[in-house]
Order: sequence, then structure tokens, then C-alpha cells
Amino acid sequence: MSFDATYQNKSFNSVGTRPLRPDGVDKVTGRARYGADFNMPGQLVARVLRSPHAHARIKNIDTSRAEAVKGVKAIVTAADLPDLTDGDAGLFAILDNCMAREKAMYDGHAVAAVAAIDQKAAKAALNLIDVDYEVLPHVVDVDAATLPDAPVLNEKIFTQGVEPTPTMPSNVANRAEFGHGDVDAGFEQADLIVERSYKTEQTHQGYIEPHACVANCNPDGTAELWVCTQGHFVYRQNCADLLGLEASKLRVTSSEIGGGFGGKTHVWAEPVALALSRKANRPVKLVMSREEVFRASGPTSATSIDVKIGAKKDGTITAAEATLRYTSGPYAGMWAELGAMTSFACYDLESVKTVGLEVVVNRPKVAAYRAPSAPMAAFAVESAIDELAHKIGMDAVDFRIKNAASEGTKSSYGPVYGPIGIGPTLEAAKTHPHMSAPLGENQGRGMACGFWFNFGGQTCTDLNISADGTVTIAVGTVDVGGSRASLSLIAAEELGISYDDIKAVIADTSTLGYNDMTDGSRGTFSTSMATISAARNAIEVMRQRAALMWDIPLEDVYWEEGHAHAAGTKHGNRAPLSVKDIAAEAGNTGGPIAGHSELVADGAGVSFATHICDIEVDPETGSSRVVRYTVIQDAGKAVHPSYVEGQYQGGAAQGIGWALNEEYIYGEDGRLQNPGFLDYRIPVCSDLPMIDTQILEIPNPNHPYGVRGVGETSIVPPLAAIANAVSNAVGVRMAHIPLSPPRILAALNEANG
Amino acid sequence: MSSIAVSTTINDDDVEFLCQPDETLLDVLRNRLGLMGAKEGCGTGDCGACSTIMDGRVVCSCLVLGAEAQGKTIETIEGLANGAELHPLQRKFIEHAALQCGICTPGFLMAAKALLEANPDPTETEIRFWLAGNLCRCTGYDKIVRAVQDAAAEMRGETA
Amino acid sequence: MMVDVTLWAGLRPLADNQKVVRVEARTIRELLRELEDRYPGLAEPIKGQVAVAVNGVIYRNDWSQELPEDAEVLLMRRLAGG
Repeated sequence: MSFDATYQNKSFNSVGTRPLRPDGVDKVTGRARYGADFNMPGQLVARVLRSPHAHARIKNIDTSRAEAVKGVKAIVTAADLPDLTDGDAGLFAILDNCMAREKAMYDGHAVAAVAAIDQKAAKAALNLIDVDYEVLPHVVDVDAATLPDAPVLNEKIFTQGVEPTPTMPSNVANRAEFGHGDVDAGFEQADLIVERSYKTEQTHQGYIEPHACVANCNPDGTAELWVCTQGHFVYRQNCADLLGLEASKLRVTSSEIGGGFGGKTHVWAEPVALALSRKANRPVKLVMSREEVFRASGPTSATSIDVKIGAKKDGTITAAEATLRYTSGPYAGMWAELGAMTSFACYDLESVKTVGLEVVVNRPKVAAYRAPSAPMAAFAVESAIDELAHKIGMDAVDFRIKNAASEGTKSSYGPVYGPIGIGPTLEAAKTHPHMSAPLGENQGRGMACGFWFNFGGQTCTDLNISADGTVTIAVGTVDVGGSRASLSLIAAEELGISYDDIKAVIADTSTLGYNDMTDGSRGTFSTSMATISAARNAIEVMRQRAALMWDIPLEDVYWEEGHAHAAGTKHGNRAPLSVKDIAAEAGNTGGPIAGHSELVADGAGVSFATHICDIEVDPETGSSRVVRYTVIQDAGKAVHPSYVEGQYQGGAAQGIGWALNEEYIYGEDGRLQNPGFLDYRIPVCSDLPMIDTQILEIPNPNHPYGVRGVGETSIVPPLAAIANAVSNAVGVRMAHIPLSPPRILAALNEANG
Repeated sequence: MSSIAVSTTINDDDVEFLCQPDETLLDVLRNRLGLMGAKEGCGTGDCGACSTIMDGRVVCSCLVLGAEAQGKTIETIEGLANGAELHPLQRKFIEHAALQCGICTPGFLMAAKALLEANPDPTETEIRFWLAGNLCRCTGYDKIVRAVQDAAAEMRGETA
Repeated sequence: MMVDVTLWAGLRPLADNQKVVRVEARTIRELLRELEDRYPGLAEPIKGQVAVAVNGVIYRNDWSQELPEDAEVLLMRRLAGG
């Protein structure tokens, strides 16, 4: 049955309120069960042996001494995970990343794993696995990797997207180009041009919960996996494909998830845990250490970006161009391509050209990180936009307003926009009190804009009505930040009942149809659509039951505000029947009442934000402090405003950390120097001020309630907003993120001659 | 290595356990006593997700040996509520949406409890510095600070 | 109904180096089928790597979507998110 997702302008009873979240009590009492909080009878402990080399051929692995350790039950290497990927390059990259095959591609790459009765035995065994490495030259820097004399990581990589295909292998895996118009002609029309190169360093999603799972393979071909993940259906498919299991016989249960931000969107160690369990014929628990999380999971790209923008004196941009190089770890990705697509998305441009170059390096396999690739591109572009505004002598906000995209604009990545929020967020910034507040000594103010696509995708939801009239909704998108509350609000709204009468749960892969994962800000957008659809289907059933209870024709029963009503006066002014009334009779009117929905939630609405921040720089040390921060973002419709604010604040805080502190630091030997929270410093409570938020609501025309998705865009503007603020504070254009004290001090010294 | 017998008090209960000499209090709580509310985010004392209170002081239980619990009084998240009645901090964290994923929440609550016992009327700056040993990656800390402020006010009897 | 489909740069070598291909199609599914029939090299990317933007709305799965008159249609790469 097709579902009409068109936006209907209506007033809400539940949506937009701020009730208590359903999982709150579990989480404040320590009862919520995360990845590492689950155990099985007879469970073994797994540990992973990781390469100490950035790039090395694995000549031989001898596990015989380790096998002799008392308590060791299984050891696996790549030989235990045969290549079943059938030419699927993406899947092969996941497999090779889980367990190195011919070569270790980065410091921390898994080469073997042990399952033993306890940690002590497992650790002892790891020390006795003999790996014979032939150490190879390595490269970790994005620019160095593109030089002609750089060590080539993979002889099979010939740059794609270049005509003719190169005859020599290189570390540039792919070239992607976007844009329209004639940039050369556009630059000729420009009165002023800004051209500059920028760099950003690699950061980690920094979720507080390390990857953790419990795997259990049975000899009959069935298997279970308990795991912290952003998408248990995707993990099921990944694991089934890599281990040759039947998807339906692998039951994956998603634990509560202690943060993901994109880092838990594909498998890391889960196939290894399953392989160990299969070999040992016992359940296996595998929990990564923090060091392993940093060395072997997650990170986003390091980048090097060249931007050129030209404008007339009146502030009209005539042409814009960018070349973006993104590291993807040792395997080809599409991170530069995303950067190239998003870079100029905020603007209405006559001529624009962006080129994304995907660069493989000896660093961990890049994973999505909240609006992946967009923050770095926005940093470069929004810095150049700011610089150009200064040169022209225009206010930075006015300059952006003059060039902002709007409904009907052909976006820099291709499609024409529908109704969008970039203009309104800029107008809101212009009039925001923060914009006109006085600045103190050594302080600078910056602002910047950001864009993210937002996704939809495959979604399946069940809505069951109990005999007492209360409602369970079972959804398949993992709740990473409060979506059970927002989905309960949606169900309450559609059914016309109280939020307190609804319980939302995340179903496992065996009890619900396939769902895409919680990524691309799709969780609430997609699942709310499926929940609305399921509720409407349940209402249809309840109308039928009411007709039976009243013994009147179905067409004479209509649904309004949580009740079945008998139409007109011909049925004797019957009192309306509530959900509870109808549910109580369900056993005698046809059995349980439920509504199901399987749909593809396409038509996600693009999202824009504008951020303002004030930074104070200590001229003696180069250290800096965020003194005020404001986020303005279009939500489409804020279902639970508290958690929308939370997404805005959290994304901003991650962006602040990225801009000021966080970076992967590699030694000459290609080893990661700072794989811990002490040396990889994410923002702590005393680093930040309160983060003000302003929610705008420009309805998404492709969702019944206008919902757009809010999770990611908030991390896009901070890098640029902070760089602009620091640049304004110190009087030097800051073009290398993070703006750590040494970099700021160098800039200050440069400014003071 | 032979095990060590330890007698201690956890959440007002007398508790006895055996542990290895190199076993952390966090591992004892989680693996031997079934108290899994304390989380391991780093194992190096940097994230605070395993914060508990030992003789009135906030500690990272990953940096305390199980054997050190001998004769001490330990409070964990499992003992924060009074039966079905949540502690004001627990209620305010939920009311203010001060958690998203929630993995850091038990540690924050224990650290905040110790703060309010030491200083019932902390300034925003005092709250921020006291909680600087607890990492949260989801919230940006804004709503956490507000929840602690509001709980403190209620505990001082300043709100209804 | 005839629609002009714009291909992303990476697909063009698989379609006689054309940027825009004119096909007769009423739905996304018909459009993709027609493209595959004409340029067999496109079959592989179409099987899991494409999203289709129709008048600015990006479809990643709903191939039954009808194409409005004079629709602006682009084939895009499917994206990853956080």
C-alpha cells in the first residue's frame, strides 16, 4: 500500500512537546545495557593482535606457541575468514580491515585474534603469536601520498574518473567532479579573487563506548550477535556475507549504544568474534580497548583543500572552484566526493567547479563521522568566503545572504533545491543579539554556514495495541540520541492518545523486517514516516472493529482525536469509542490489533545551519577559549525540541574540539602517537560555555509533519566559524585545523613581525 | 598469582569478594559483583565513565585496585536512588534531557553527587571544573550543567 | 514521455562519454532499465551505487517514483552518512 508522505500543515498536540524520555530511568540508574554489559554462559574472552607497523607484508604467522597456552580455545587469522566477497570492493575492504590478509596497512591493523577463558590467558597467547613482517615504506600525509615518489599502497589502484585511465598505479583512487557554468569566464568577471589552501587533521568520532560485542555461533548454522551498532540489520548483512552465514539464521540484537556518530555504521571486529566463536564452538565476548578504538576504528579524513572564489565589488560571487583531497585510509572511499558535493551547497552560483581526489594512506580505514566530509569542505570554503567579504568591505553575513541558495537554485552538486533554510538561518543570525554583543580584549567573532543532505531509506515498523489500549512500537532504527521519545510522540500524535500510553522498543533482526541504519540523520525522519504509516494502518483496523462493535457500515465510522466516531445522527448519537474501548473488545472482533509499515522513506529534506562564535585568544600562549556560541539550524519540524537542541549542541561541541584540539599525530615511523583521551583531547566540561540554540522550522514538503532530520548539520559550520573568529582575533588568516596553541602562537608571531 | 580476600561496603551492603592482585575495582564491580553501571570508556582514568565514590571521594574505579576496597565505603550508581525514588540528580538529568546515549551518565551522576555534598551551591564555573574529568561526547555539556544546577537548587530547598 | 538524464562524471565513460542522455520513461525504474539496455556498462553501477534526483528530491530506493513532465533528473552516487 502506498503511503502519501506529502506535508500536511496541521496543528499538533504531542509533537513539539518535551516529555521525559522512555529510556531515561534505565540510563540514570545504571540498568541500561550497552555493548559490554551482556554475558552468555560459557563465554570466552577475545583479544586482537595488531600490527605495530604502518605498512608491512605479512610473510608468515605462526600461532603454535600461542595455541599451547592453557585456556586458549581458538586463534584466528585471515585464513579463518576466507574471501567470500565475490568482487565487491567495498565488502572486501571491510573484510581486509577486520583482519589483514597479505599486508598490514596501518599501525593497529588486526592480524590475528585469540579466544581464551580469561583475559590473562588471552593476553599471554597474543604475546606468543609470531608474525613475520617485511616492513614496507609508508605514507600517512594526504599531500605526501599524492607525490610521484610516494610509496604506492596498492598496485591495483589506478585513478578512476580520469580519461584515459592512467597506466601507473597511484594513491589517488578516484577523481570526482561537480559543478556547472564556466568558472574561467566567471573569474574573468570578478573584481576580487581569494585563493588559498587549507589543511585539516584527522579526528575520531570519540564515542565514549568502545566497540563491543558478544558472538555465538552454533554448530547448526544459527548464530547470535549482541553488539553496539548504529545499524544491526547492516551488521547482520556484513557478518553474514563475510562468514558465509544465512542472514535469517544470524540474529543480531543492538545493545544500547554509547555513541556512534558514524563510527558504528559498519563492522570492525564483529566478524572476528563470530569466527572465533565458530572455531571455539563457544560464545565469545570481544571488547576493544580505547587504544584499539583510536588505532583501528573510526577516524574521519585528513584533508588538503584549495579554494578559489571570485566576486564583483557589489558582492556577487561570479565563480567558485575547489580541489579537495581527502584521505580514506588504505582503501578507496568516497569521502572527497562528498566533500566536493557539499562544499558550495550553501550558495547560488552561476559558475562552480569542485574536484574531489580520494587519497589512500597508511592510516585506519575512514568511517563516516557526522555529516561526513562536509565540515572540512565548509572550513575551507567558509574561510575563503569570509576573507572575500573582508576584501570587498562587506559584512560577512550580508555577503552570504546576497549569495545564499534558495528555492529553485541549482545546487553546486546538481539538483535544484526545494524550500530550504539557508537564507532564514542567515537572517536569524543577522538579527541575533549575539551578533551585536560587544567583544572583549583579545576576542574575535566568527560565523559560518553548513549543509548536509539528510537521508531516508528502507524502514519497517510494527505498532501493536495491547488489550488495555496501550501501544508498543517496535522499530528497527537504533536509538542513538532519544529517537524512542520522538517516535512515541509521533505515534501519540497520529493515534490521538497520550505519550505515556506508548512504549517504543528497538526490535532485533529476527523480529522485524530490514531497516537501514541510523545514519545520514535518517533515524527520526524515516522511522517517524513508517510510524505514521503504521498508526494509520492500525486506525483503519480500529475503524473496522468499531463498525463491528456498533454493527454499522465501515464507511459510517470515522477517526478523530483518538476515537472512532459514528457518522451523522442516523446511528443514534453513539458515544465515540476510544482506543482502550476498541482494544478491550479486540478478542471478539477479530483478534489482536496492529498496524505495520514497510516503506522507503525517500525525499529527505536538505538541512542548513548558521553558527556564530566568539573566541578569546591568549596572546602569550596561543591558547584559545570559546566564550560564546550560538547555533541556528532548520529542523523542518522539531519533534522533541530538547533532543533537537541536544543534537545542535553536541554537534557544535564536536566541531569545537575538531577546530581547536583534536588531531591524530603520527610519528616518523607511521605509528599513532596519541591513542588515548589524555593526548587526544576532546572538549571537557570546563572548555565550553553554554551553547545557545535557535530552532527554525521550514517544513520538508516530503514528510507528513515536515520533519527534515537534525543529527549531522550542526558539526559542519564550527570549524570555519572558529577559524574565522580566531582569524579575526589575531589578524591572521588561520588555514590549518586544529588551531592548537602552537599554530595560533606562530600566527601571532607572524602578525607581530 | 593467588587471590586476595576483600571485605568492603558497597551501597550500604557488606560485601566480600576474591580478586587478583592486579584486578581493578572496575573489573571487580562489573565482572564479579554484577554492578555494571560503571562503564569502561578508556581504562586509563581519562573519561570518568567508571566514576564511583570511595570514602566520600570521587575515584575512577579503573585506577583503583579491587584490593584497595578493603575496609572502605564505596558508592556506585546502583545505590544512588532510594528504592523507587530517584535521587534529585537522576530526576533532573532526565527532565533536562542531560543525556543522549547515556554511557557517561552514571559517571556524571556520581561525580555530581560528590560535588553537591562538598559544595551545595556551586557556580557554573565550579560545576564545569568539577565535572571536567567526565567526558561526554553527545551533549556539549550544556544540559548536564543545567541539570546539576537545578538539582542543587532543589536540594537546597529553593524550588518546589 | 521523454526525459533528459544527467549522468555524474564517473558514469560518462560507460555511456559513450555523454553527459546527458535522453530516454523515454515514466518512472525511475523504467529510466534505469532503459539506460541499462542502451549502455550495458551502466548495469553494474545502477545495481547499488546510484541515487536519482528528480526535481531536487533525492531518491535512493523508491524506483516506482513517477517522473513529472519536464522533470530534472540526475543520476548521483549513493552517499554515506554519519
